[in-house]
Amino acid sequence: MTEEIIIAGFGGQGVLSMGKILAYAGLMEGKEVTWMPAYGPEQRGGTANVTVIVSDDPVSSPILSSYDTAIVLNQPSLEKFEPKVKPGGTIIYDGYGISEPPTRPDINIYRIDAMDAAAEMNLIKTFNMIVLGGLLKIHPVVKIESVLAALRKTLPERHHHLIPKNEEAIRKGMEIIKKL
Amino acid sequence: MTREEIIEKGQVVYHKPTLLNDTPMHYCPGCSHGVVHKLVSEVIEEMEMTEKTIAISPVGCAVFAYKYIDVDWQEAAHGRAPALASATKRLWPDRLVFTYQGDGDLACIGTAETIHALNRAENITIIFINNAIYGMTGGQMAPTTLLGMKTATCPYGREVSLHGYPLKVTEIAATLDGTCYVTRQAVHTVAAINRAKKAIRKAFEYSMQGKGSNLVEIVSTCNSGWKMSPEKANKWMEENMFEFYHLGDLKDAGADK
Amino acid sequence: MADQEITLMKGNEAIAHAAIRCGCDGYFGYPITPQSEVLETLAAEKPWETTGMVVLQAESEVSSINMVYGGASTGKKVMTSSSSPGISLMQEGISYMAGAELPALIVDVMRGGPGLGTIQPSQSDYFQACKGGGHGDYHLIVLAPASVQEMADFVDLAFTLAFRYRNPAMILADGAIGQMMEKVVLPPFKPRRTEEEIIKECPWATTGRVGGRKPNIITSLELRSEEMEVINLRIQAKYREIEEKEVRFEEFMLDDADYAIVAFGSAARIAKKSIEIARSQGIKVGLLRPITLWPFPTKEVQKLAERVKGILSLEINAGQMVEDIRLAVEGKVPVRHFGRLGGIIPDPDEVVDALKRSF
Repeated sequence: MTEEIIIAGFGGQGVLSMGKILAYAGLMEGKEVTWMPAYGPEQRGGTANVTVIVSDDPVSSPILSSYDTAIVLNQPSLEKFEPKVKPGGTIIYDGYGISEPPTRPDINIYRIDAMDAAAEMNLIKTFNMIVLGGLLKIHPVVKIESVLAALRKTLPERHHHLIPKNEEAIRKGMEIIKKL
Repeated sequence: MTREEIIEKGQVVYHKPTLLNDTPMHYCPGCSHGVVHKLVSEVIEEMEMTEKTIAISPVGCAVFAYKYIDVDWQEAAHGRAPALASATKRLWPDRLVFTYQGDGDLACIGTAETIHALNRAENITIIFINNAIYGMTGGQMAPTTLLGMKTATCPYGREVSLHGYPLKVTEIAATLDGTCYVTRQAVHTVAAINRAKKAIRKAFEYSMQGKGSNLVEIVSTCNSGWKMSPEKANKWMEENMFEFYHLGDLKDAGADK
Repeated sequence: MADQEITLMKGNEAIAHAAIRCGCDGYFGYPITPQSEVLETLAAEKPWETTGMVVLQAESEVSSINMVYGGASTGKKVMTSSSSPGISLMQEGISYMAGAELPALIVDVMRGGPGLGTIQPSQSDYFQACKGGGHGDYHLIVLAPASVQEMADFVDLAFTLAFRYRNPAMILADGAIGQMMEKVVLPPFKPRRTEEEIIKECPWATTGRVGGRKPNIITSLELRSEEMEVINLRIQAKYREIEEKEVRFEEFMLDDADYAIVAFGSAARIAKKSIEIARSQGIKVGLLRPITLWPFPTKEVQKLAERVKGILSLEINAGQMVEDIRLAVEGKVPVRHFGRLGGIIPDPDEVVDALKRSF
């Protein structure tokens, strides 16, 4: 199994940290992982994206031409990455940030209203975990337990009390993702 | 007759420090470097630090200081001696680490390294020979060249409109929180030599006591570069250099640190 | 941290952790994107409280490299890291260290140039790293990691080679390897050498005249040309020995290959994916990955030229290593170059297209 994922959105949406949690969870399951960010000033307000590869075999290129799954959280990212989803692959988008949804007939299109859900739950900061929950529902790349273990490992001790909220967010994401 | 035989027959009233070896110096007759080399050697010997001294030589007339004083030496790139000294002292905290630099090396190309090493309170001493001219390369203008002074690159005299003002690095150093002892000395008379030696000793001791960085400027002559006899150069220095570069301690925070 | 911990980290962070673990005595550096995590990680880890390693943020790259020059002069294991523009500033000090024959580690996490350029990944410092870079006839030992694991592993290797030959060594990475996170097994802790061990192992070092020995002088200066030539010839003989003994490389799917890609660092990772794609289309292609860029695997490239129909040099630059490949191949087979510039990383499909266009 090799899952090649691009996560793209605005800086500040938690794109890079979502990728990191996913990669870390893969690592904890003994898988091979790479996390390759588009780094630089883009982290501050501009577009941010990260390529995450989770695989049973050693990963060759951390930089890819096409992806199994694209998670797009704003319009520019959708326009950039929709054409790069492999035929038969998956695109997940957040309804809040997208005015013109994806249209390709040869890929699976999922919508997740994570921003609205995060606002309803009054948990804006767990927006990215809601999206991650959506991804794990349709592609169980890693187990939820591994994600929670990864959070425990990567979050500073003083933030560990937030882990149940993150779990809640992941489960919410699994609930609200829908295929179009 | 060997030196030892001569010594045996008479009574020794003076000898050069044993750390100063017999290699003939390349310095011009009348140059201040020889005297300062002797003082540095004497102080190291008197502090019994021969086996614990690491010195850094510059690019400039003193580039070959390592040929004359028998301690371990690192020969730095132009201006970079304080960087070498910073790392050396941090890696070997119980060693006596000092740099020996001229005005072009320290006050021009190495200004950044000098100011930052001093302000980081590195426990080192910088010996700064200021003769207001580039000696080794043949007498060009230095950052410390006085206004009106003629050099190969300001042959009509240093002018503010063309060259800006001479730089008082030692005054700048005295304002830095990282410095412990900042002093300006000379070696043109016996009394001055004695004072300069005490200053070097104090600086070395403070550096070993971990009190921060120390700068000992020695206002010096360059009779070749100035195109004067050694005697005239000393007189010119007294009349012109001391007026701009005042001698004495600018800062001694040893008691507070 | 456990002795051999498996963890997920950036290449830059791996460099820092490996340095602490391999008994490095001192790091001197200056922030620059995309390598600042090296200094940041060291500052956060506070190794001065555990192993006793010195960590210092210098006022410039010029100062950093001269701190390394000073520290290396005392026989200590010292290093710096920077990215392309900062490495340009260091060239003076690197030349002095090569001249004074000092062992040290310099890490270059390359970004696109020339000038201030971009902060995105590039491999356009190949010439600077492998052909001297500063003034004078000299070489660095240059290691090119292609994974976060190799970032960690090459720190100790670079120090070993640097001390074996009394020559500065460089880890030539790029922004992609520096910034990406992968699984890494950190090396076990190795204690720093004691001062007594350093004095014994580095009798040339300026440690103070311990035991009253003769003064040690570290210098690259010799005004007598006859003597300077002798020094140069000795250094050149050392380089020939390094070329003989220290070439390192990796081969991938070359056994039945009609064509070969030669690529190092992150370009080699991309090449592997391109090879998978090309082979799925029936193109038999393999990879030769130089791990040491200097000494360059000249003999291996020569052997390759005997058995393939063409060689593609894949570099994230305008064509630098391709010159060394062509020198080795001596016109026996066509040698082409493909690369992207300005911080753009070629994607695997582009490389396959380039391969098809080239031959």
